[in-house]
Amino acid sequence: MTPTRKRKLYVIVILLSLAAVAIGLTLYALRANINLFFSPVQIAQGEAPMERSIRAGGMVKPGSVSRDAESLNVAFTVTDYVDDLHVEYQGILPDLFREGQGVVVVGELQGDGHFRADKVLARHDENYMPPEVAQALEDAGYSPADFQAKADEVGPRRENRDDT
Amino acid sequence: MLMRILPEIGHFALIIALLMAVVQAVLPLAGAATRRPLWMAYAQPMATGQFVFVLLAYGCLTASYLMDDFSVVNVANNANSLLPWYYKLSAVWGNHEGSVLLWSLMLAGWGCVAAWWSRHLPRDMLARVLGVLGLISAGFLLFMLLTSNPFERHLLDIPADGADLNPLLQDIGLIVHPPMLYMGYVGFSVVFAFAIAALLGGRLDAAWTRWARPWTNAAWAFLTVGIALGSWWAYYELGWGGWWFWDPVENASLLPWLTGTALMHSLAVTEKRGSFKSWTVLLAIATFSLSLMGTFLVRSGVLTSVHAFANDPSRGLFILVLLAVTVTLSLVVFALRAPRVSHKVGFNWLSRDALLLINNGLLITMTMTVLLGTLYPLILDSLGLGKISVGPPYFNTLFVPLTVITCLFMGLGPAARWKTTSPGELLRRLWLAGLAALVLGALIPLVYRGEWNLWVTLGLSAALWIVLSLVRDLFDKLLHRRSVWAGLRALSLAYWGMVLGHLGVAVTIIGATVVSHYAVERNVRMSPDTRVEVAGYQFTLTELTDRRGPNYLADAAVIEVQRGDSQRRFLMQPEKRLYLATGMPMTQVALRPGLFRDLYVAMGEDLGDGSWAMRIQYKPFVRWLWLGGLLMALGAVLAVADKRYRQVRPARLAQEGKA
Repeated sequence: MTPTRKRKLYVIVILLSLAAVAIGLTLYALRANINLFFSPVQIAQGEAPMERSIRAGGMVKPGSVSRDAESLNVAFTVTDYVDDLHVEYQGILPDLFREGQGVVVVGELQGDGHFRADKVLARHDENYMPPEVAQALEDAGYSPADFQAKADEVGPRRENRDDT
Repeated sequence: MLMRILPEIGHFALIIALLMAVVQAVLPLAGAATRRPLWMAYAQPMATGQFVFVLLAYGCLTASYLMDDFSVVNVANNANSLLPWYYKLSAVWGNHEGSVLLWSLMLAGWGCVAAWWSRHLPRDMLARVLGVLGLISAGFLLFMLLTSNPFERHLLDIPADGADLNPLLQDIGLIVHPPMLYMGYVGFSVVFAFAIAALLGGRLDAAWTRWARPWTNAAWAFLTVGIALGSWWAYYELGWGGWWFWDPVENASLLPWLTGTALMHSLAVTEKRGSFKSWTVLLAIATFSLSLMGTFLVRSGVLTSVHAFANDPSRGLFILVLLAVTVTLSLVVFALRAPRVSHKVGFNWLSRDALLLINNGLLITMTMTVLLGTLYPLILDSLGLGKISVGPPYFNTLFVPLTVITCLFMGLGPAARWKTTSPGELLRRLWLAGLAALVLGALIPLVYRGEWNLWVTLGLSAALWIVLSLVRDLFDKLLHRRSVWAGLRALSLAYWGMVLGHLGVAVTIIGATVVSHYAVERNVRMSPDTRVEVAGYQFTLTELTDRRGPNYLADAAVIEVQRGDSQRRFLMQPEKRLYLATGMPMTQVALRPGLFRDLYVAMGEDLGDGSWAMRIQYKPFVRWLWLGGLLMALGAVLAVADKRYRQVRPARLAQEGKA
């Protein structure tokens, strides 16, 4: 092998090993940080892992939101109208969080079947339904349209309440 | 009468603009290929005409908004008679159709400017550049006319009032953010057109890089400001106090920024040394493709966020096809033509050339990691493999170390020489800067917080290393001059541009490091007279009131803030607004900005019994994030103004004199 070729070989080997390390680290970081989505049905059937960061979603069951009188603790039920999931959260709920509306929670499933949420996501738009939630509802036998109708029926808007 | 048919005039103007764009694309490109000056001469007038007609269309839509013409679907869906006039102006681009129109307007605008500022270019080159721009324009105008016509009318049942603009978009940040971002995205189309034209014409020389560099810098400056504004807006408008969420939409703007940064540096090498030619061209193609991909991600409804206005699959498909065609065609041109234009220039592995190559490699690695994290969930979802999301930890674990390594080379680059540098010289010039950066980086967290932190030290050292090595370089450059002033004046604007740009990066890194590690956030339950202490400031809720704005009702809180025992007090007044037309609630944050810290109070929710959940935050150095962005953009602008790019003028004058 000529010296030039040898040097080229070294450069190529170094570049390849760097690339391999980079890809390895990337895949590792990716694996450790993906959050899978589960619907309440799936969680009730025990498909979701315990004490690992996952996402869950559905509609906030009307009348289920209960606040602690002293702290910022709040509990509510997320439902796909087949099964319910009890969610506990500490902190401030997003502006568009309402009973009867779609919501996605990020957090861990506890041993007692409760879900401890670190994050509650309700999106920017009033009519918006998180796609995962729409899918989960469809799987549970509801069309999203049905669902919006149902939500409109049962979930009186908070501001209406405030006005009266 | 004329007023009532304005939307139709706009619609026709768009159709005429489309036809002009087609002519601008076909004739000059064909003319350049067959050497027909008459055909090539169509390029400039068509580019101008296209701009005029898109501007006319844009003016018509704006007029419809200002006149509350709710028979136009677009106006009815996105405005309201109560909306203040300036938000009516910005509502034009606060929706899908209007923002595509703005995109096209800017594209036509860049094309028009390119047509008139580049008259000194060889005729065939200019014809090809404008031809490629015409092709892109035609694609977007067709997209607009076929799938998202902003001038669609309600024929029956004209609504009495509009549905109003999304309250999140009713904000000064959102008046400026989209136009800046689009100027950046679209600006890269000019660079792309230059690259394709150079490939087609087989002319990829130093002159070409001198034409392409100012456009790249200008587009990059706009994109930088656009991204900074977006981050600033998210910070105060979403009410979370976060400044970067690794949201796919943010990533979509970061991707072309990263490759654009690589492109700027690679162009520098190509101009100075004539190497990396194919690589530069490839970066130009990649940057524009990523801009298009960003548009696709944001506009198609694949992603759901405040940016996704509508979920119409045909739109997504159209942009995807446009993207596929652009990438395929340009890569085919590249594959066929690149071997012809590239040639080998040797350089040593320790030289500015090599360091810039490494910088490019790092930037591309960052691009790939962000791209992977952004697209992975979408790909899995479209293959039916489950719905996942990739969280910020993924991006942080990869992006932060890569940034630190990039900073290492950013310090070395400006101090190294082209072609070859001796390690001894580099070491002699920079050891002090390196040592000082490490020591200061290690000491500052100890002094500032009394506790050492590896990541803070890494971030600060990286930023200081950039700054100190620049200072050293400046010092060396001034050492042999008669006076400091003469030395400073002798340095080119392009050099100052580099200095400012790199300083901007350092400032942003300092901001990001400090605010990420030393921000304090407390969520508390507050009723009147509750006192809370956060980071040495006492927050006392004095009053809860309500008030009425032009198109909203608001619950407002008055909070008295006092620092330590000092007597100086000030008031902060956050609000929770309810927008009447949409019924959407919105958090209006109270901010006390400062160069070294922000105080941030947001109202959470009414907890009943007269108390509110409040989010109180102390954000040290958060302004530095955006200040750094502005410095970077300013640096790019300075580089554009460098006289080297204006030397063509005398030549042109001579030419015109002859004619």
